[in-house]
Amino acid sequence: MLVNAARPAALVALALSALLLAFPAAAAEAKIDGANTGWVMTATALVLFMTVPGLALFYGGLVRAKNVLSVLMHCVAIACLVSVLWLVLVYSLAFGDGGSMNQWIGGLGNAFFAGLGADSIRARTTLPESVFFMFQMTFAIITPALIIGAFVERIRFAAVLLFSALWLILVYAPVAHWVWGGGWLAEMGVKDFAGGLVVHATAGVSALIIALVLGRRRGFPKEMNPPHSPGMTMTGACMLWVGWYGFNAGSALAADGSAGMALLVTHISAATASLTWMAIEWIRGGRPTLIGIVTGTIAGLATITPASGFVGPVGGLVIGFLAGAVCYFAVGLIRVRFKIDDSLDVFAVHGVGGIMGTLLTAVLAAEMFGGMGLGKTSIGEQLWIQFVGVAAVVVWSVVLSFVIIKAVNGIVGLRVSEREETEGLDLTDHGERSYHL
Amino acid sequence: MKLITAIIKPHRLDPVREALTGIGVEGLTVTEVRGFGRQKGHTEIYRGAEYTISFVPKIKLEVAVPDKLADGVVTAIEEAAKTGEIGDGKIFVTDLKSAMRIRTGETGDDAL
Repeated sequence: MLVNAARPAALVALALSALLLAFPAAAAEAKIDGANTGWVMTATALVLFMTVPGLALFYGGLVRAKNVLSVLMHCVAIACLVSVLWLVLVYSLAFGDGGSMNQWIGGLGNAFFAGLGADSIRARTTLPESVFFMFQMTFAIITPALIIGAFVERIRFAAVLLFSALWLILVYAPVAHWVWGGGWLAEMGVKDFAGGLVVHATAGVSALIIALVLGRRRGFPKEMNPPHSPGMTMTGACMLWVGWYGFNAGSALAADGSAGMALLVTHISAATASLTWMAIEWIRGGRPTLIGIVTGTIAGLATITPASGFVGPVGGLVIGFLAGAVCYFAVGLIRVRFKIDDSLDVFAVHGVGGIMGTLLTAVLAAEMFGGMGLGKTSIGEQLWIQFVGVAAVVVWSVVLSFVIIKAVNGIVGLRVSEREETEGLDLTDHGERSYHL
Repeated sequence: MKLITAIIKPHRLDPVREALTGIGVEGLTVTEVRGFGRQKGHTEIYRGAEYTISFVPKIKLEVAVPDKLADGVVTAIEEAAKTGEIGDGKIFVTDLKSAMRIRTGETGDDAL
């Protein structure tokens, strides 16, 4: 009868289940995947390249010739400082296990890479922990470097170092932990693929606070000097564009379809935003400038960042278009209407872009827009989740940045003297002249 | 001797140089300067912010000549540098008290 025929099959099934239950680790054992590791190591190099020299050149060309070296110096110095702090403390805070406090911050267990070795594998990935450490470090480097744009041409070098160090520990580490390190925002389901919140929102918002506390440059806004080298800025912007392939596609932590799609939407957003910015500039009676088009590029890249792993190609187009348009007008709003000297428009491009991209993710990730899907969450629910993430990150960044800035002002002083500002930071802060013509 | 100083548009430098060597001028000095007269500056716009550039790039030419060549030089510069549009520049003639060729020690007209 049926029972007779079914018995061997049932026995086999039973045996198999027993095997699987006896060795659950065998089914889910962590392994290093060579292709994934190779890609993420490459992505690490690309993202480091974004700061040194990509961002350095991008910012450098925008300031006056007498201050270009100071900007380059800030980028290199911050890269080095963050690297060491990352090993000594910050990686552990951001990505370590915080035990009972893990909702808010990681612990100190992995400081100095303690408890980890060459063979360690990062949980839930197929990467060596060393590679994950390095990849994340390059994000930690570029985030405080972005803030440079708010205080150029009038900041004391010692203040740059002290501020960046404190900001990394008190703002970046917690936020990275909340969103990527298994903290409360991750548990809530906040979607931030490559750093719309962790990198761009934190940096953008903090930049605004610094610009307000530090005060305007002498001569702002009536007697300003144009960017001393639009060519240098374009060079940096293009390096950022290429490097962003590592930033977004690398955040898939794998060499697979999701990385490929992230690559695609990132690029489309960059190109679309560039054309949008250029078109707006042109239509409004100006001429299409090089500085304008590459600023559009960066706006597109910043805005797609949180969405890059979740949206489809058309989503990339939409985000690019909105990035180019909204950030364009945000620049004018901050600088011309509110007369805030966020000198290199960090808030308007990265802050506004990152926040907008984070919110748009909720909508464009939906399958109906070609996205990767929201699972069981509705667009409305995801939008609320994203909004909570934005609000938490913005409030934390604002409050802590203000406190840190005030502290730094008290300890080393923020601003150079009027004479030093006129003479230029290259000579007064660094004793070097950029161009011996 | 006269020292003739001319402020001209940069793109007229080559025609002026050719005109001067054509009438026997053997040397001159050129400096890149900025200035304005009736030709005002212009406005550049970067990221929505307007930058007023008050100064316009010009070329300053200086040539020392014997008195008898002075009028010819002024005419030559005027004709070669003129475009008819605002910003063509100016020519100044000043008396030159003395001149010396450093290598040989010659003075006066022999130095020019």
